[in-house]
Amino acid sequence: MSIEILMPALSPTMEEGTLAKWLVQVGDTVKSGDVIAEIETDKATMEVETIDEGVVEALLVEAGSQGVKVNTPIARISSDEVATTSASAPPPVAPAPVMAPAPSAAPASVVLVDPEVPPGTPMVKVTLRDALRDAMAEEMRRDPDVFLMGEEVGQYQGAYKVSRGLLEEFGDRRVIDTPITEHGFAGMGVGAAMAGLKPIVEFMTMNFAMQAIDHIINSAAKVHYMSGGQISAPIVFRGPNGAASRVGAQHSHDYSSWYGNVPGLKVIAPYDAADAKGLLKAAIRDPNPVVFLEHELLYGIEFDVPEGDDWVVPIGKAKVRREGTDLTITAHSRMVGFALQAAEELAALGISAEVIDLRTLRPLDTETVIASVKKTNRLVTAEEGWGPMGVGAEVIACVIDGAFDWLDAPPLRVHQKDTPLPYAANLEKLSLPNAADIVAAARAVTNR
Amino acid sequence: MAAKKSSGSALVSPSNLVNRDEALAYYRDMLLIRRFEERAGQLYGMGLIAGFCHLYIGQEAVVVGMQAAQKPGDQVITGYRDHGHMLACGMSPREIMAELTGRIGGSSRGKGGSMHMFSKEANFYGGHGIVGAQVALGTGLALANRYRGNESVSVAYFGDGAANQGQVYESFNMASLWKLPVVYVIENNQYAMGTSVARASAETELFKRGISFEIVGEEVDGMDVLAVRKAAERALEHARSGKGPFLLEMKTYRYRGHSMSDPAKYRPKDEPKQVRDTRDPIEHMRHYGLEHGLFTEEDLKAIDRDVKEIVADAADFAQTSPEPDPSELMRHIYVEA
Repeated sequence: MSIEILMPALSPTMEEGTLAKWLVQVGDTVKSGDVIAEIETDKATMEVETIDEGVVEALLVEAGSQGVKVNTPIARISSDEVATTSASAPPPVAPAPVMAPAPSAAPASVVLVDPEVPPGTPMVKVTLRDALRDAMAEEMRRDPDVFLMGEEVGQYQGAYKVSRGLLEEFGDRRVIDTPITEHGFAGMGVGAAMAGLKPIVEFMTMNFAMQAIDHIINSAAKVHYMSGGQISAPIVFRGPNGAASRVGAQHSHDYSSWYGNVPGLKVIAPYDAADAKGLLKAAIRDPNPVVFLEHELLYGIEFDVPEGDDWVVPIGKAKVRREGTDLTITAHSRMVGFALQAAEELAALGISAEVIDLRTLRPLDTETVIASVKKTNRLVTAEEGWGPMGVGAEVIACVIDGAFDWLDAPPLRVHQKDTPLPYAANLEKLSLPNAADIVAAARAVTNR
Repeated sequence: MAAKKSSGSALVSPSNLVNRDEALAYYRDMLLIRRFEERAGQLYGMGLIAGFCHLYIGQEAVVVGMQAAQKPGDQVITGYRDHGHMLACGMSPREIMAELTGRIGGSSRGKGGSMHMFSKEANFYGGHGIVGAQVALGTGLALANRYRGNESVSVAYFGDGAANQGQVYESFNMASLWKLPVVYVIENNQYAMGTSVARASAETELFKRGISFEIVGEEVDGMDVLAVRKAAERALEHARSGKGPFLLEMKTYRYRGHSMSDPAKYRPKDEPKQVRDTRDPIEHMRHYGLEHGLFTEEDLKAIDRDVKEIVADAADFAQTSPEPDPSELMRHIYVEA
């Protein structure tokens, strides 16, 4: 009998890749452990091993084919054994077996109309990952005091390939590979910032920053106040935040509300690549400590970004992503994609939703939210993290404070269920908020 | 072997180890810390200083000996028992005492308190209340020196209690890996709050704590300012010359409790007295200087008078400087653009 070899997923979030090269031909005999192909993703090149024995019957995908979806049959082997394939190299973060494609918050490419961009500005398509890299590279060219440190940021090119190319351009003085020692290197970053440098500290995920949260809060956020304004910590702490895909409870936590609680910190959580780039540049230039929350599931998505190296987005300004009249939906980071999707579905039901991308969580742009609620009279908040003491709770408190008399219905919160994130695919889906949850909440607050 | 025990006190050394000016300066600096701290204790008792107040009495030789070997530009960072370090760095007794009383004339405008003071001018980077945090921060100061290619060394002080914190070893590892210019000074006063070194540390010889990171360590008599200075010179030279971090364990003793609210019942009743009678760093310097003809009783009397005046002036200032204006509450949360 013959068995099909499927395009493997090489990381928890891989959805497609390029079949770069075949290392076997039709008619070759292969045995378990033989490397049969090389696959490239936007992050890495990996070898594919067979774990079957038999003769290659057919190669179903040509070498060089791009955008081969995970689980597409790529070859056929004749064998008496049951077969699967596996990747020989470990994925960047955690070993991931062959798995189904991750659910996507947004299509692979998104076009957004941005009122902040002057008309006629040439735009380029850039993945969010590369937009972050460009922001760092441009700021490092501009200011010799800016440097990057963290795990795998240099030679490995970034665990998520966000720092690709930086070591080559700036050398190991300014792109510093650290040991796995978050508490220590975060503290060192703050010390260097206190001495006047402008470090960017990358955490492989913000989950690991919990090891370092003492320095983020007790050292960085408080030093300016405690010193009566003498010392400051111009530092950026950045990394992916929130749920990726099937990585379980300890790698999926959204810390937005934690950092948003702390005076002395600025907290940014962008959705698209233009904001990611413009806000990261603003964060690096800011004289205060900034926590910059990225989202792994957005890294690979392409967005329009204004061309050139002078695109800076001001911190503390929310953005109306879609105008509407019946209700206001606030969201940040990946939830903005779901909110826009929900707004589209609501439009089909005759409900006009205004979508506000908070972008910065501290300082929170309450003015924009309150102005919107005064127009729509109804509010749904959406966040990926847990509800209690959360971003939604804060947004609602601000609206109660600023637009109580304009509210026609009690606001509703959409958020993760009150559980650690489960691993099982169905349970994970149940725990995380999505567009349908936002639609349901919107229908409830509008009684439609 | 990357760690060694010192041969003990430097009293055996000849008088040319130190000249008259230096001897007088060390005596004065240690006495200033002693008198300052005694006065701080008094003001605490009067209710003028509140919260936590950790006195440095007994440990004066450590910071004065270290400072004597430092060069301008070298940074200092420590934990919450920081008054002595600030005085040694040259911060004014007035601004320190006024910070203790929470007044606008304090170095942090009354917003930091005993444990949180800083001075960019004096290269003093705090004043940190989280045990061990200053070790990572101080290593970061050293990273900044390396980044800038300057000649400065960061001196990071911490106690025998902090020596058991994980981030200390994370910092040791990176400092040694990258050969950063930092001198780690463990002020082993033998008690981490109420817990003796033997009750908290599997390896009680703390100067050995750098061995697995290839960090040279040395035990020093921290009650002898000249022994401290000598060790500091070696350590600073080592760090400054690009050889990486150096670890000094200062054997010292605090006469008072951990903080003002600690009656220190966990140690033998006569232990402080015994140390004070036999190893007091100020008495030690006094005898040494007189014995070697470096100064006279008259010289010391003049210093005593001078120090008394400075401390009285600081205490007056700390009581007359106004409380911060309420508008200070919302200032300095963020850097004002």
